[in-house]
Amino acid sequence: MSFITRGFSGRSRERDDRLPPGQTLVHDFPVLSAGPTPDVDTADWEFTIRTESGEHRWSWDEFMALDIEDVSTDIHCVTHWSKLGTSWRGVSLDTLFADVETEQEYVMAHSYGGYTTNIPLDELLDGKAWIAFEFDGEPLDPEHGGPARLLVPALYFWKSAKWVRGLEMMDQDEPGFWEQNGYHLHGDPWKEERYW
Amino acid sequence: MSDAALSVGPTAAGGVRAAPRAGWHVATVAATRRETPNATRLELEVEGWPGNAPGQHLDVRLTAPDGYTATRSYSIASSGPSRRVVLAIDKLPDGEVSPFLVDEVRAGDLLEVHGPLGAYFVWRPAASGADPRPVQLIAGGSGVVPLYAIAQAHADADDPSAFRLLYSVRTPADVYFADELHGLVAASAPFRLDLVYTRSTPDGWPLQAGRITREALEVAVIPAAERPLVYVCGSTGFVERVADWLVELGHDARSIRTERYGGT
Amino acid sequence: MQHLDGNSLAGPLAEFFAFDVTTARARCNGCGEVAELARAMVYRSDAGAVVRCGSCGQVLATLVESEDRAWIGFSGVSTIEVRRAPASS
Repeated sequence: MSFITRGFSGRSRERDDRLPPGQTLVHDFPVLSAGPTPDVDTADWEFTIRTESGEHRWSWDEFMALDIEDVSTDIHCVTHWSKLGTSWRGVSLDTLFADVETEQEYVMAHSYGGYTTNIPLDELLDGKAWIAFEFDGEPLDPEHGGPARLLVPALYFWKSAKWVRGLEMMDQDEPGFWEQNGYHLHGDPWKEERYW
Repeated sequence: MSDAALSVGPTAAGGVRAAPRAGWHVATVAATRRETPNATRLELEVEGWPGNAPGQHLDVRLTAPDGYTATRSYSIASSGPSRRVVLAIDKLPDGEVSPFLVDEVRAGDLLEVHGPLGAYFVWRPAASGADPRPVQLIAGGSGVVPLYAIAQAHADADDPSAFRLLYSVRTPADVYFADELHGLVAASAPFRLDLVYTRSTPDGWPLQAGRITREALEVAVIPAAERPLVYVCGSTGFVERVADWLVELGHDARSIRTERYGGT
Repeated sequence: MQHLDGNSLAGPLAEFFAFDVTTARARCNGCGEVAELARAMVYRSDAGAVVRCGSCGQVLATLVESEDRAWIGFSGVSTIEVRRAPASS
């Protein structure tokens, strides 16, 4: 019984050829969150990669001593907004995985606060993903995932886990938080892999 | 209809299934008027509305020509079996829906509404024979809307339980339902109104403008020893602060019902 | 991010349940707290709603909606108590 509301247009919804299907351009940076914003001090922060054979661990200072890259990329949120040409700084997952030996092909990202999301390992390597700690020249705001978040721009942005604290290798692809609750296991915006 | 009329009347027992069933309805805007410099009162005539209990809310859904929709919840300032439903809407500066409802909507417009909703944040008079329980209402800004509905229902029922409203508001001009609230003070059902002004006060007001403090709260609210039922409604920050203080002052957390307003 | 009360989900849930689920009491399978869903904490965004236990913060329930479907999860709830309608007089 839905009808058009006289005079209502909502916020402007810009289209652009560079956008995947069903996306519109935004200029602000909407915040999506599944819980309270964790307060993580860099003095306590650590990042781990856990494999079948053991654990690799970095403190904030060790992490900041790694190769840091500037990244300019488009990001696409499953809630239909996209931002073009966003700028980040972070450490490539290629750098972090340089000394990691694993036969396992799937990754579960874990965050401070308990959030999880799953990604195939080959979509994190070869210059496709970073652990980012700066956005637009500023330290990453806690509400946008600071001190550090995963950045996987080729997938919908829920895969770019905020407040990331580690990656756990898995033999099989298992669903993370949103993936268990309606969202797509993979999440490619160009294929509109939004929901189950 | 008879079920609905029963459940919102003074003898309703309050079971889950007794509340009027929520549904989507077409509402015609019957009248609009300026409530405060930043808010509008909308009177809706809602086709098929089953009535609502005091404290309930409804969802308004707006649809753009390209099919885009935006839905927001608003507390209802009226109660009872009537199909005439009153809202009072605060205009949020960056909002997508409230500026439209406050500035654009005019009498004769049609809106889609879903309700009545939320059978938890409601008040009903005690069943006959039961001890009436004192009620403390605490409002921050536009959070007064559902609490006004509760206070008015208490007066309309000539209910004997002790009722107080502590209302934190920016300035005298920002008081919602000002005439109606003063009418409640004069009505025969017991009702006390305590206003706290956060930005500016009326001339000759005994207190300085400022945020409500724990001490002011302690003085104004019905003491915990009298086991009041407490309803708190306002912004998330306001509700958190007040609810924490109430628990510190000895109020049973289970007797505190809260409704937080979001940001858009 | 600020949270709302479970009460605020009465509308979206009324689309799928024949009674007001927010008035039902649910048991958190994390800490054992039993409380009305209306009292729980709700984190709501365009991605969906996440309901957390007011006592321990564990995720009790989730609601994700698309144009043609909805996903309602109760991953952190062990049991829901539903009150029968009072016998009609």
